Amino acid sequence: MAIDPQPEALAAGGPDAAFPPAPEGVSGERGPWYLAYKRFIRNRLAVAFLILFFLIIVFVLAAPLWANNVAHTGPNQSHTLEKLHVNGEVHEVVTPEGRPIGPQWFGAGGKFFLGADSRLGRDEMVRLMYGGRTSLFIGVVSGLITTIAAVILGLLAGYYKGWVDAIIARTLDILWSLPVLLFGIALGVSLAVGGLKIGPLTIEGGSIWIPIFVISIFTVPYIARPIRGEVLALGEKEFVEAAIAQGAGSLRVMFGEILPNLASTIIVFFALNIANNMLFEAALSFLGAGVQPPNSSWGTMISIGEELLTTQPLLAIIPGVMILMTVLSLNIVGDGLRDALDPRSKVRLEARAGMVEREGASV
Amino acid sequence: MLRFIVRRMVGMVLVLFVVSILVFLIFNVIPNSPPAQRLAGKNATPVLVKSIEEEWGFDDSLPQQYVTMMKKVFTGELISYSPRTSVESRIKEGIPATLSLSIGAGIIWLFFGLVLGYFSAIRAGGALDKFLTGLAIAGISIPVFLIAPVLIYFLTYKLEIFPNAGYVPISEDPWQWLTHLILPWFTVAILSIGFYSRVLRSNMLDVMNEDYVRTARAKGLSERKVMTRHVLRNSLIPIITLFGLDFGATVAGTAIITEVLFNIEGVGFYAAESIEKLELPPIMGVTLYGAFFVVFINALVDIAYAYLDPRVRLGTAAQ
Repeated sequence: MAIDPQPEALAAGGPDAAFPPAPEGVSGERGPWYLAYKRFIRNRLAVAFLILFFLIIVFVLAAPLWANNVAHTGPNQSHTLEKLHVNGEVHEVVTPEGRPIGPQWFGAGGKFFLGADSRLGRDEMVRLMYGGRTSLFIGVVSGLITTIAAVILGLLAGYYKGWVDAIIARTLDILWSLPVLLFGIALGVSLAVGGLKIGPLTIEGGSIWIPIFVISIFTVPYIARPIRGEVLALGEKEFVEAAIAQGAGSLRVMFGEILPNLASTIIVFFALNIANNMLFEAALSFLGAGVQPPNSSWGTMISIGEELLTTQPLLAIIPGVMILMTVLSLNIVGDGLRDALDPRSKVRLEARAGMVEREGASV
Repeated sequence: MLRFIVRRMVGMVLVLFVVSILVFLIFNVIPNSPPAQRLAGKNATPVLVKSIEEEWGFDDSLPQQYVTMMKKVFTGELISYSPRTSVESRIKEGIPATLSLSIGAGIIWLFFGLVLGYFSAIRAGGALDKFLTGLAIAGISIPVFLIAPVLIYFLTYKLEIFPNAGYVPISEDPWQWLTHLILPWFTVAILSIGFYSRVLRSNMLDVMNEDYVRTARAKGLSERKVMTRHVLRNSLIPIITLFGLDFGATVAGTAIITEVLFNIEGVGFYAAESIEKLELPPIMGVTLYGAFFVVFINALVDIAYAYLDPRVRLGTAAQ
């Protein structure tokens, strides 16, 4: 399957459709991006999960609205000694034995919708929404950092080759072969205790920039390695030769000629990387090496809720389900994007699964 | 072959060196506070901090500090300070539990992955195929910390099929050892079953197009013999590599979280306990030993691969 003219692509875009996507096509209505969009829309599963992902975003963005207007409390506010009026009855938020109240749904006008989180008596629903903000923020920002760093490293290594490539590729190989969770824990904990100082920039131990920093470092190889491979292949192409012959400088060739051709790969890996990073964040936070208390993230909420598993199973299960829905939707959307942007791609699930499966393994 | 092994071993030693440097940087250089203070733990007295500072030689030059640290790690003198316990002996105590968990889970995912992958390859495109694709996507999306609470709540607490979490050494009571580990095993394994079956399936579909398969058919072998003797055997080689890598990654990754969730007092449990108390020496020890283990396994995998597939020895597989 060298070139695979999609029937619908031919119908919509004529012979151009068989060419790989080029960003210049954005302006033309029938350009490759338009065709990719058409193909994506046709993938019902991916579209459904894209909608789910947007709903999750809306859910976490609505956190302050819910907190101020419905729950009337903040995510870190303790209500241990308070009483709650539910349908005319009075309940304690936390019993003297330390048992938090269960889900009230709308019984108390939306207060303690999902109950209280622990003996600290914090509103689980409010924490879930704010925790989701933290988890998604960390996932997206570290995904951005990882992707940008990986693209730059991949371009440098693939374009200059020689010793530049040797250094970058070897470093990525070693980073790839490390057990990332262990190293994530090590770096996360030692920074949580000590904080970080890079030049004029000081990061406190409890800051969420620490897990972002940790995750970004250790996931770079997952994107940089495939990008490097692609740059190596693109470097042999005629259009690169033509650009060099016209006198374009290295930067111009790398960022003006090669980079646009990486666009579809970058988009796909970005989506998958966010999913991967969110799982990584949850694992770190679950173990106490990520987001630090009192801040919530879905990972920390599971670790708090897990202690009450026998009496209040939802406390551990709901944040877990939120992580699952977010990660699953990103994975399926990423997969759909790959199909839409690069219908010739043979390695789909396998390559993607490899990102997660091979954590801590070398090739 | 010997040349390959030597080359691979040299590579391994270099990686181990880099790993140890990284660990040194992570714990003693990068964070922005006095290192002795960090090592001492949360409620350390100034006297303790002072003695740690001398013991670890934090006034020395960085290379000297590195040597001191490595000496401590390799002579088993790494100590967590509140209360004073030897990190090495705690790690040794945890190893049987961690290996029981990881090896058992590995066997389960390999077995189910191979069986399901085999059947989906001989009937490519069928319902099993679709199911496995779904399982593979779910496998990379479901967090361990969702599966475990659900299983524990329903199977252990509600239905009381499985005993409460914990670990029973196999030397004490093999039956209890088994029943306590079934849930943790499946928790870890279920994430990989879908993935392995997909990999085996695509390997087998590739191999089926090889000339020697056609030859085997042409000389009149039964379809089953062709599949098991020729197709399956040759499709297994990449799986073996993958399994080795994943096994290392499981011991130093998924197992940590699973041990915490199921109260299995293995090495990962010890690490997690130390995170909670913000004690750095045990984390330093676990990270170093864990990384060494993974790097070592990776080297073994490469050598096994080269042994099974002689083509590798001539290529660049050592990298």
